[in-house]
Amino acid sequence: MSQKPIVLHTAPHVKKPQDVPMIMRNVVYALLPIVAFAVYQFGISVLLLTIVVVLSCLGTERFFNWMSDKPSSLNDWSSTITGLLLALTLPPGFPLWMGAVAAFAGVAIAKVVFGGIGYNVFNPALAGRAFVQAAFPVAITTWTPAFFSGRFTEFVPSTLTSPLMMPPETAEWVKQVAVDGFSGATPLGMMKFQSISTPTADLLLGTVAGSAGETSALLILLCGAYLIARKMMNWQIPAWIFVGVIITSGVLYLINPDKYADPMFMLFSGGLMLGAMFMASDMVGSPLTPKGVMIYGLLIGFLTVLIRQFGSLSEGIMYAILLGNAMTPLIDTWTQPRLFGAQPKKGKSA
Amino acid sequence: MLALFDKFRKGHFAHGVHPHYHKETTQGKAIKRLPFAPRLIVPVSQHIGAPAKPVVKVGEEVLRGQVIAEANGFMSVPVHAPATGVVSDIGLMPSAAGPKTLAIVIDVYKGDSQQVHYSDPVTLERLSRDELLQRVQATGMVGLGGAAFPSHVKLRVPEGKAAHTLVINGCECEPYLTCDHRVMLEDPEALLQGIRYVLNILGASKAIVGIEDNKADAAEAIKAKLKPDDPITVELVETKYPQGAEKMLLKSLLGIEVPAGGLPIDLGIVVNNVGTVAQLGKLLPQGEGLIERVVTVTGSNIEKAGNYLIPIGTPVRFILEQLGITAGHDEIILGGPMMGMALASLDVPITKGTSGLLIFKERTFIDKQGEQSGTVFPCIKCGRCVDACPMYLNPAQMGWLAGSREYGQMESDFHLNSCFECGCCSFVCPSNIPLVQYFRIAKSVNREMKGKA
Repeated sequence: MSQKPIVLHTAPHVKKPQDVPMIMRNVVYALLPIVAFAVYQFGISVLLLTIVVVLSCLGTERFFNWMSDKPSSLNDWSSTITGLLLALTLPPGFPLWMGAVAAFAGVAIAKVVFGGIGYNVFNPALAGRAFVQAAFPVAITTWTPAFFSGRFTEFVPSTLTSPLMMPPETAEWVKQVAVDGFSGATPLGMMKFQSISTPTADLLLGTVAGSAGETSALLILLCGAYLIARKMMNWQIPAWIFVGVIITSGVLYLINPDKYADPMFMLFSGGLMLGAMFMASDMVGSPLTPKGVMIYGLLIGFLTVLIRQFGSLSEGIMYAILLGNAMTPLIDTWTQPRLFGAQPKKGKSA
Repeated sequence: MLALFDKFRKGHFAHGVHPHYHKETTQGKAIKRLPFAPRLIVPVSQHIGAPAKPVVKVGEEVLRGQVIAEANGFMSVPVHAPATGVVSDIGLMPSAAGPKTLAIVIDVYKGDSQQVHYSDPVTLERLSRDELLQRVQATGMVGLGGAAFPSHVKLRVPEGKAAHTLVINGCECEPYLTCDHRVMLEDPEALLQGIRYVLNILGASKAIVGIEDNKADAAEAIKAKLKPDDPITVELVETKYPQGAEKMLLKSLLGIEVPAGGLPIDLGIVVNNVGTVAQLGKLLPQGEGLIERVVTVTGSNIEKAGNYLIPIGTPVRFILEQLGITAGHDEIILGGPMMGMALASLDVPITKGTSGLLIFKERTFIDKQGEQSGTVFPCIKCGRCVDACPMYLNPAQMGWLAGSREYGQMESDFHLNSCFECGCCSFVCPSNIPLVQYFRIAKSVNREMKGKA
C-alpha cells in the first residue's frame, strides 16, 4: 500500500473550477479589446496613460502589502482591473502624473484601508476617479477629439505634463488637429449645455469625444457579453440599470422632448455602458440577492439620469454607482433570501 | 422573475448546482460480489441513535446472519454477523468519522460455505402494523442513502398523524455513485416488493418513485415490472444536485415545500431511499438481517471501478487490495464527493450507510480540467452561494458571521439549522471558502452551548 500520506479534506471534495483569480483574469481579458480600441481611437497618449495607471495601481497595492508585511496580493488580478477601468474613465489627454494620483487614491483609500479585495465598500476605480474629479476639475473635463491624424506619433500636449504642474492649454492644439467641427465637448456636454443631440450610430461605434474607453457602446456590450457567457458576471446588474435609465429618461422625455434627451441617447452616451457593464457589476460592491440587485440597478439607472439632467455635471454614472455601492449593505439587509419552507409569520400577514 | 418561472416547472427545484457526474465509469457495471475479507470489523453503531449492545463474547463462534449486537431501545437497530467465523476482539476500532468506536471483530472462516443460517420466513400479510415495524427493526435496516437513520423509526407514523404518500428516492444525485441506479436496474422486483410492504406498514395509499432523468433506463425497468393494481407511479425529475435531498425531491415531485424545521410526515409524506426499500423487499419476508450492501467503488483511473456487493465490516484496505489499487492515492472518501467523508485510516470498515468508496489521485478530484490553486481568498460577495443554496439561506452572510464567531446569530437570524450541509455553497465559492465546514463547526458549538445552559 502507498506510503504517501492521505489527504484529509472536509466535504465537498469537488469544486467548481472558477476561482477568484480566474474570474478576475477573464475580466482583464474582456477589458483588453476596449483598451485596444481606445488606443486606436485616441493614440499613444491613451496607451501610455493606461500603462502608467495600471502600474501605479499595482505598485500601490504591492507597497501596502510590503508595509503590512503580507504576501503580495497582486496575483488575484483585481488591481489590474482597477487600473484598466480607471484609465478608461479618464480623458485621453489626462496628465500622466494625475493618473498616477488617481490610481494611488483609488487603491489606497478605497481598497487597501478597508482591508483589500472583498472588503472595499466602493469600486476603487470610481473612487480614484472621484478623487481626481474633485482635485483636478479642469483637467478631467478637457476632452480631445477622437481619430485625430497624428495620434500614433505624437502625444496630446497635456499628457506629458511634469508632476505637480498644471497641464498646458490644449485649445489651440485641438484646433490644429481637429477633425471638422470638433468643439471639444462630449455628446453629453453638448446635450446638456447646447441641446445638440448626437446620432445613436456614432455613440455605438465610438466616433465621438469622451473618456478613453467610454465611447464605443457596442464594443463594451460585446466584451460584457463575453463575461456573461462565461458566467463570470451578473447580467442582471447592467440589465436593471438599463431598465432604470430607460424608465426614468423615458418619463422625462415624454414630459418634455425638447428639454430632455431620449432614452436611446441616454443609454448609449457617456460612461453609462462601461459603468453598468464593468463597474456597477463589480461583485464586491453589489448586493447578494437577485432582488437586491434589482433595487441596486434601478437605483443607479435612476440616479444617473437625474444627475445628468438636473445636476451640475454632464455625466452622472460615476456618482450613481458610488451611491449604489454605499447603499449595498442596506439593500442586503432588506433583501435577505426567504428561507425554503418558511411559514408566513402569524399576525403579520393580513 | 426566474423564480416565478420555476414555479410552473415540474420535476424541478430552485437553486442547486451541476457538478460533473462522472457516473459513466460505473453505471454500466453490473453488481458483483466481493470476496470475504479475512477479518471483518463490525461497529455496533452504524446508525443514528443508541449503539447496539454486543451479545457475543470474544472467542465465540458466530454464524452468518446471526445477531451479534441487539438494539438498545427503540432508537436503535441490531447488528448481524456479516460472515461465519469467530469473534476475535471487541474493542475500539477506527471509524470514518474520526474517533474510534466500539466494534466486534470477526475472523472469517476460510472455505466456509457462508450460507445464511439465520432466517425466519414469515407471511407478512398476517402481521399487524406493529409487528411489521418490529420485523423492520429486526432486520437492522437503516437508510442506505447515507444518513443511516433507523428505518423502523422513519416508518412509524407518529400519533395524530397519517401518511398518505410514500416517496421513493431514486435520485442518487451525488456524483460518481451508481449503486442505487444498479439496484433499480437489476432488481426492480425487490424494490416493488419493498414498496408494497412499506405502503402496507404506513397505511399510505400511493407511492411515487422519483428518479433523476439521467437514469431513465432504471425508471423503465421499474415500470416494466409494475402490476396493474399497484398504486405506484414512477416519475423523472431534473438531474441536479441535491435533487436527492428529501425536501428538494418533494418540491420537484409534488411542488410542495416542507415547512422549515418540519418533517415530510407533517404533510403526510414519508420518503425512503430506493436501496433501503429494495433491501427491505428482500429481507422482510425472509426475516434476515442486513449483512451486506452495494457500494460503488470508483475514482480517478480506477481500473476495476464498479458496483460491488460488499459484506458490512469489510476494511477499505481489503477492497483496495482486491481491486489491485496500490499506487499512491491522496484522498479516499466514503460516500459521495459532495457530502462524503475523507478517511484518515484504511482500516475503516464499510458500514450500513456507506454508498460509495472513492479513490482520488492528487488534485484530480477537482471538478474539471485546468488549474485550481486552492488558496482561500476573502469573500468577494459574488452571491453565487446565495444562488446555489437549495434552502435559500445566505451562506455568504453566515460565512462572515462565522469568521467573527457569531454562531448564535447565525442560528437566530440566518436559519443555520435549516442547512443540511449539501455543500453547494462551498462547491461554487470562487474564493474557496470552506463555508459548509464553518456551518458544521457553528452547529456543533451551538449544540454544546445549549447542552451547558
